[in-house]
Amino acid sequence: MALLSFENISIGYDNNPIVENLNFEVEQGDYLTVLGENGAGKSTLLKTMLGLMKPLSGKIVFDKKVKKTEIGYLPQQTVVQKDFPASVWEIVISGCLSKTGLRPFYSKQEKEIAEANIKKLGLEDLKKRCYRELSGGQQQRVLLARALCASNKLLVLDEPVTGLDPKVTVQLYEIIASLNKEGITIIMISHDLQALQYANKVLHIGHQTFFGSKEDYLKSQDYQIFSKEGGKQND
Amino acid sequence: MIELFQTIAAYFEFRFVQYAFIVGILIALCSSLLGVTLVLKRFSFIGDGLSHMAFGAMAVAAVVGLTNNMIIAMPVTIGAAILLLRTSQNSRIKGDAAVAMLSVGALAMGYLLMNIFPTSSNVSADVCTTLFGSVSILTLSIVEVWLCIGLSIATVIVFILFYNKIFAVTFDENFARATGTKANLYNLLIAIVTAVIIVLAMNLVGSLLISALIIFPALSAMRVFKSFKSVTISSAIISVVCAATGLLTSIVAGTPVGPTIVAVDIVVFLIFLLVGFIISRVRKGR
Repeated sequence: MALLSFENISIGYDNNPIVENLNFEVEQGDYLTVLGENGAGKSTLLKTMLGLMKPLSGKIVFDKKVKKTEIGYLPQQTVVQKDFPASVWEIVISGCLSKTGLRPFYSKQEKEIAEANIKKLGLEDLKKRCYRELSGGQQQRVLLARALCASNKLLVLDEPVTGLDPKVTVQLYEIIASLNKEGITIIMISHDLQALQYANKVLHIGHQTFFGSKEDYLKSQDYQIFSKEGGKQND
Repeated sequence: MIELFQTIAAYFEFRFVQYAFIVGILIALCSSLLGVTLVLKRFSFIGDGLSHMAFGAMAVAAVVGLTNNMIIAMPVTIGAAILLLRTSQNSRIKGDAAVAMLSVGALAMGYLLMNIFPTSSNVSADVCTTLFGSVSILTLSIVEVWLCIGLSIATVIVFILFYNKIFAVTFDENFARATGTKANLYNLLIAIVTAVIIVLAMNLVGSLLISALIIFPALSAMRVFKSFKSVTISSAIISVVCAATGLLTSIVAGTPVGPTIVAVDIVVFLIFLLVGFIISRVRKGR
């Protein structure tokens, strides 16, 4: 059974559907890239997936292996976070919060999980540093470590390379790809075609919906149109 | 210098000065704890709106002739907090308008009521006290003192128990929600505790100056400290020290309590602003 399946999902605001009758499945170990123009409904899809919004119709089915709350989420940065006084450690361990339940403080085991993820993303030296003083790439690694604390099965990334320079972008993609090789399922929202390089599946939403393997997508008409438009945007 | 200490010691012989000091310090401690969260969540305006609601409720309580104003002010303010939070979650702009409407409305109605049904011969003085808290801290009854102590301790305990959750909800509400934290519940908790603090703090600084007590220590601490924990702890210390200094100054110099405390808070904020600026300069220079 698929890890996560969308069955006839329609999403949107106030009964105005943006995307209708969406069907797709994510298997364990998949690397799914969700592409689409601005306003195509990528963010809305993501919010629905995370349970922040209800779908207008249809249902999302999770496999028993993942609880609904066991999704690691890498959000886009908010304005609040730009001058937020918090250390790297405080942010990373906050990813373990759902594990604490009614317990007010973090257990030793949860602290170890946070330590391990800090190490995994090479943040040991930055552990006590203030989040707002880090570079964009470092901040994304901190948020990625927090996401890994919340889940070691499924990561959902919302435009993770926005605002990063090309070198750091490649580094971040490499990190994500290596997490995927460890068996973590990745769902990444992007309008960057570079993101396709690592994916094995593609969901394209827009005028026409495409869902399938990357190879099929690269041959499809959606890709032809999107890559041209994407090229124009970059000029 | 010795004379000054003797004067202060002499004042502390009085029971009402002791009460004022205990209550003042506890209120300062509580109000600073949530300050960091309120500033960071861009909720400062809710604190301001709530304090005006509390003023209206106090006026009603005075007109009805209750000896303990908190009995009415507390539930009304908590209700308003829940209401404001609801509206501000639906849409940002609507929330702003709702706060402005409720707070100004409550202020006007409160003043109107106090004038139509005057409880003493000097209405202006009554209003001034409620707005700027000039003497109310010095006329606390023993019941009010114990109520303040009880509620303050409860506030501190709630804050410590929910510290990690409050942090998560403040830093990234969507992430917290997506990973199964009941963000709405904690927002509600934050709003209720804020309301309790505001009603308590009305005794110390009056309803117009409460926001200062809540946000200044947090803003000062944020200039210099870098982690949420250190900002929270230092803003609590700053707030208590400022309140103590302000109270002592006002007792010795005979200035109104509330504005004196806020003045000390402002001075400390300016010092921290300067220190923060120097630290960042030194860092860049290296």
